Amino acid sequence: MTEARLFALQRLSAMVLAPLVLVHVVVIIYATRSGLSADALLERTTSSFLWPLFYGLFVVVAAIHAPIGLRNVLREWTPLPRRGVDGAVAVFALVLLALGLRAVWAVTGGGVP
Amino acid sequence: MSDATVSRPRNASRNHRSYAAFIGHRLSGVALAVFLPFHFLALGLALEGRAALDGFLAYAENPLVKFGEFGLVILLGLHLFFGIRLLVVELLPWRGDDDDRAGIIGWGVALAVALGLVFLWGVI
Repeated sequence: MTEARLFALQRLSAMVLAPLVLVHVVVIIYATRSGLSADALLERTTSSFLWPLFYGLFVVVAAIHAPIGLRNVLREWTPLPRRGVDGAVAVFALVLLALGLRAVWAVTGGGVP
Repeated sequence: MSDATVSRPRNASRNHRSYAAFIGHRLSGVALAVFLPFHFLALGLALEGRAALDGFLAYAENPLVKFGEFGLVILLGLHLFFGIRLLVVELLPWRGDDDDRAGIIGWGVALAVALGLVFLWGVI
């Protein structure tokens, strides 16, 4: 992928993430104030089909945004070889995507009933 | 006066709020990227049953963990608001030759700390 496309993808993913982060912070504050337990958490996240959609989108976009940002930092601030950095952040993107979707599945449908 | 004769303090290019915001945006981003996989692993405990997730949530009641979460909320806020500033600087028309929207930096720090304090207030 060209540098210009990565640059654009980083900005576009940021635009999608900004409102998602704001909603997530509100959820964090609400959830911690109302008492954190597995029952309360799972009751909330399984209450609507919108939560899997919301957090699924969150994970996919974060798995795009974070590795591109890390790539920039590693390329500019470390002497690591560029191809090595590219490979490492590609693996990181896949790990983030897999763990993130697994987490969404765990709390919105795949968890113990 | 030519540029060559202009006396500039050492590291003048880094001695301003925009550079501090640049560093803050980057470091908060790296910290969040490191945190994310662990966050996902913790939520994934729900696959092992409610008891496993409750066990982790009980551990997370530790004041040190709560303090760490307070820091993470602030880092998330800083990354969000400094990122919004970057988008504004890069994508919106400039109002002058040096329109770096520095005002958003102060507001961003204040709002991020406010979010952190609201979180902390709810858990102590």
